[in-house]
Amino acid sequence: MNLNIKYFGVLAEITQCSEETLSFSEGTVGELLAVLQAKYPALGTKDFQVAHKQEIVTKDTKITNPEIALLPPFSGG
Amino acid sequence: MSEKKIKNVFIEGPISSQFIGDSIAKHQSKTAIGAHAIFAGQVRADEIEGKTVSAIEYTAYEEMANTKFHEIREATFAEFELSCMHIYHSLGTVATGEICLFVFVSAPRRKVVFKALEFVVEEIKANVPVFGKEIFTDESHQWKVNS
Repeated sequence: MNLNIKYFGVLAEITQCSEETLSFSEGTVGELLAVLQAKYPALGTKDFQVAHKQEIVTKDTKITNPEIALLPPFSGG
Repeated sequence: MSEKKIKNVFIEGPISSQFIGDSIAKHQSKTAIGAHAIFAGQVRADEIEGKTVSAIEYTAYEEMANTKFHEIREATFAEFELSCMHIYHSLGTVATGEICLFVFVSAPRRKVVFKALEFVVEEIKANVPVFGKEIFTDESHQWKVNS
């Protein structure tokens, strides 16, 4: 599956892009994060949550939808 | 309620006092309403390590944010006896002293509007993926975190 990974806030500064396409065979959010942290080591120093199907998910969630977002702490309002 | 269309809450740039005034005026025909309460979030000129914030630049995961705003709206109507509710949030640059969040709740009687308003604002701060980049007067920046 080709995933569309979206990055926001300080995370987009680390990856130097707001989104990218990544080929990912099958697996969990945690497995995807391991791939992303190998690609962008600085991600490991940041506090963030992962959204899958527009909901915050845990690392053991199996990825079934191509859109994944990495969200730093919220600061609306 | 769940069949209701998800609204776009975002406005580009600051929310003007004209817009807020017009929103209130639009409710004059709704005469079952006896109480409005509004929250207007204003960008504060925080001083951080000797530097002063001059503006906040807002971005959001817009699809998810609008879904979350919709869920907050539904939860609020389920919990409180409101006549209507409106939420607007800025995207892009909002200078200090300008308004970046406008929440407006209305009900027949006053007590419920205060509780509902606080509930909505706290839910937004905690659960909606909006990100504020604090721009300092020297053009450096840092990413804001809600406290």
